[in-house]
Amino acid sequence: MKDLLWLIPLLPLLGAAVNGLVGNRRGWSKHATSGVALAASGLALLAALAAIADWAATVGTGAAHVDRVFTWIPAGFGHTTGGLLANLSVDFSLRIDALSAVMLFFVTFVGFLIHVYSVGYMHSEEERPYARYFAYLNLFMFAMLTLVLGANLAVLFVGWEGVGLCSYLLIGFYFEKDWCAAAGKKAFIVNRIGDFGFILAIFWTVKVFGTVDFGALQGAIAADPARFAAAATPIALLLFVGAVGKSAQLPLYVWLPDAMAGPTPVSALIHAATMVTAGVYMVARTNFFFRLSPVAMLTVALVGGLTAVFAATIGLAQNDIKKVLAYSTVSQLGYMFLAAGAGAFAGGMFHVFTHAFFKACLFLGAGSVIHACSGNQDMRTMGGLKKHMPTTYWTFVVATLALAGVPPFAGFFSKDEILGKVFAAASGDLNGFGAVYAVLWVLGLAGAFMTAFYMFRAVHMTFHGEFRGSHEQAHHLHESPRSMTVPLQVLAVGSVAAGFLGMGMFGPRVNWFERLLHPVAATVEVEGHHVGAGLEWSLIALSVAVALSGIWFATRWYFGPQAFARPRRFAERFPGLVATVANKYYVDEAYNATAVAGTMKLAQASWEFDARVIDGTVNGARHLTVGTSFFSGLFDLNVVDGLVNLVAAAYGWASRALRRVQWGVVQGYALVMTVGFVLMVAAALWLGR
Amino acid sequence: MSWFLVHFAQLVFYVMAACVIAGAVGVIAFKSPVHAALSLLASFLGVAGLFVLMEAEFLAAVQVLVYAGGVMVLFLFVIMLVKARAIPREPQYVNRLVPAAVGLGVVLALLLGAGMWASVTGAPADAAALQRVAGVQLGNTEAVGWSLYRDYLLPFEVVSIVLLVAMIGAIVLGRKEPGKEGRA
Amino acid sequence: MITTTHYLVLSLILFTLGVVGLMVRRNFITVLMCIELMLNAANLNFIAFSRQLGDLTGQVFAVFVITIAAAEAAIGLGIIVALVRLKQTTDLDRVNVMEG
Repeated sequence: MKDLLWLIPLLPLLGAAVNGLVGNRRGWSKHATSGVALAASGLALLAALAAIADWAATVGTGAAHVDRVFTWIPAGFGHTTGGLLANLSVDFSLRIDALSAVMLFFVTFVGFLIHVYSVGYMHSEEERPYARYFAYLNLFMFAMLTLVLGANLAVLFVGWEGVGLCSYLLIGFYFEKDWCAAAGKKAFIVNRIGDFGFILAIFWTVKVFGTVDFGALQGAIAADPARFAAAATPIALLLFVGAVGKSAQLPLYVWLPDAMAGPTPVSALIHAATMVTAGVYMVARTNFFFRLSPVAMLTVALVGGLTAVFAATIGLAQNDIKKVLAYSTVSQLGYMFLAAGAGAFAGGMFHVFTHAFFKACLFLGAGSVIHACSGNQDMRTMGGLKKHMPTTYWTFVVATLALAGVPPFAGFFSKDEILGKVFAAASGDLNGFGAVYAVLWVLGLAGAFMTAFYMFRAVHMTFHGEFRGSHEQAHHLHESPRSMTVPLQVLAVGSVAAGFLGMGMFGPRVNWFERLLHPVAATVEVEGHHVGAGLEWSLIALSVAVALSGIWFATRWYFGPQAFARPRRFAERFPGLVATVANKYYVDEAYNATAVAGTMKLAQASWEFDARVIDGTVNGARHLTVGTSFFSGLFDLNVVDGLVNLVAAAYGWASRALRRVQWGVVQGYALVMTVGFVLMVAAALWLGR
Repeated sequence: MSWFLVHFAQLVFYVMAACVIAGAVGVIAFKSPVHAALSLLASFLGVAGLFVLMEAEFLAAVQVLVYAGGVMVLFLFVIMLVKARAIPREPQYVNRLVPAAVGLGVVLALLLGAGMWASVTGAPADAAALQRVAGVQLGNTEAVGWSLYRDYLLPFEVVSIVLLVAMIGAIVLGRKEPGKEGRA
Repeated sequence: MITTTHYLVLSLILFTLGVVGLMVRRNFITVLMCIELMLNAANLNFIAFSRQLGDLTGQVFAVFVITIAAAEAAIGLGIIVALVRLKQTTDLDRVNVMEG
């Protein structure tokens, strides 16, 4: 089965093709559509399990199995800047090793559950959007599995772009609503910034190593680490730029909260459990670059740690149940990067793994709640849902306890692993940055407190107290159908069980997860340094105490007859602070004022100069008038508004020059194209002298 | 007589080259599209002749069949289909671009020529190498076939899909607009 | 002796003629023909190098180029037919709806 790895991504692709190309057009019945989609993802799950079992049995978990499907880009021989003569031939090959096996398992498993859940959640859609939804969902599975299984950076990038596309399509699923379409576009464009860094990293890798294959790269670096140390820093940093975009870290996190415009199962699958963790996976996958570069490691840790706290503070003041979870996801992704930055790649992946279960469970629970409240997402008009939907309630609480880091739930083990590793990095003075890691450890603890607080705030506001919505809504409250509650129950069990795979505090022998990942993503240890058992247990006690105090505070503020009184008094005392946090620190507004407005202004200026001079060559007099008025206008603006308008004027000049290129004569375009071609030939001759 | 025999290949090359260039000049110079198309045909046939000279017989046959046959007929059909009145009358060139275009053409030719000048050294490889597949001597067509269906099967399939899509595209573009005269 | 350089020079001339024709002609049909000329020049290069290097790959790629050229001709001529139906002309100068 391990030789049929290509079958795993192919099955969902087939499902997507059938539903998207045939089912959608023909308007197949919902039973047929969901049958195809469930069969595709279910078979992919079975194939994945079989492949993992076969790989573990025949190759062994310590080694990798690479399945070459076909030669993709046979580019030929060339000299790399590393001085190697390399034959660059990019294969479309799939790789299964400990890292991809872990991802493969939970992507197919959680993916299948969410397919099942979607059948119930989307049942009120029309036939054709229903087919479109499942086609996208299957397409996403295909892209994600390609990403996970890709044996080189190029194949990983294909999957990476694929999941980005599906994310865009699914965020904008209700594209008839403007804000949904806008959220999709935002996600796509923000991700583009990150992807640009990623693709530059790939180019750089090719230039230095002449290969993009993970095995070959790891081998080359292992053979001569000192030689590649200088190149590792820029490559690692550029890769991390890609990860920052995909995994919604500072400063590119803004798309993820908006991505909640998509259907809730999509938020659970793509924007919580799988796609957003691709950045962490990629960093763990290319850890051989990162471990060579202390600067890159520190950057990863810093960005991760700051994001973890920053997003958590925003989460404290959100009232939309999905937004709370979204910021929580951003924050937890920050923890994962914090772990990777502290050298605990396996620890980060472990959090990815456990987070997939409890965050998917939380999102699906939220979806179930929203379903019951007829589409309402505002927690201020919920409350008391506990008695109406018991299954949703207890699964939500289990997942919340896991996220808050209460033993023995899964999040406790993974978060504690991260904090422990960061503490070890701080006390062992990893790469000489021990003081920074110490600060990050404190931030991590503060984030854990806030996590516990805002999650229990959500639980109290949603499930406890009295229902605060309208009578109609109250009448409509109901438990969700079985296709929705069964995945919730399975995921809730996973939220407990997943943690037992990596109980780091009982010594390395019990930490099965880290041992599994050791051959591919070994933890960076400070030599000769070890955190003593007594200190370790007191750290664990500390983090549990922090989580419990967060829960205690949330309960004091939002539970019981005095609920909401304290938060109201707090808001009255610090109105500015509360408003700033509730408005997400005005980051979106700042981005709109700078990057977005700048681009719009450029476009506007280009358009104006395009439109203004209509009869340019023919009507000379008019041209002249426009020209002089432009100049006088320019003069005026320069005198009055100074530097700001100077920039606008520069745009104006550029577009005046560019306008000449856009004069509408096809042959003229051909002429310009030829000029470019001539320049390229000249450049090639010049460079090839 | 013997001079002809010795220099037969040169002779053929220069005749064919002249045919190719004259044809190309004709395409640009002739006012009537029909004349231009026929001139293009001469150029195609000249290229086919050069292919034979370079021992690429299969390509020569494909050139004649696809270009001189298929593409040319397509051109002539379309010229007839769109009728003379659709053809622009005076002038036939985009006059204001001509100096720039010719100048650019000369620069391009010089640059490419400069690049090409030093790029080839030594005599051509043994022609028999072109027809050897895994050590077995074959005909040119058979050798191309082996290469095409063994080493380049995937690109071949991709190209065939491109062709299929182009065909469908041409049909979509060519059919009457639905609504005006019903669905065609 | 006809060397590879001979073929390259010929292909260079043919390509340049194609490029110039592409830029100067007003008639869309002739512009398409000029594109065919350029593709032919490319094919000449492929075959010349294939002979020079004793490698069949050049010939295989010439087959691909011919296929693409056929596809391009079909689409281009399809566009012409559609254009004539819309504008009653193949004159590119009259298609400039965004003349500025």
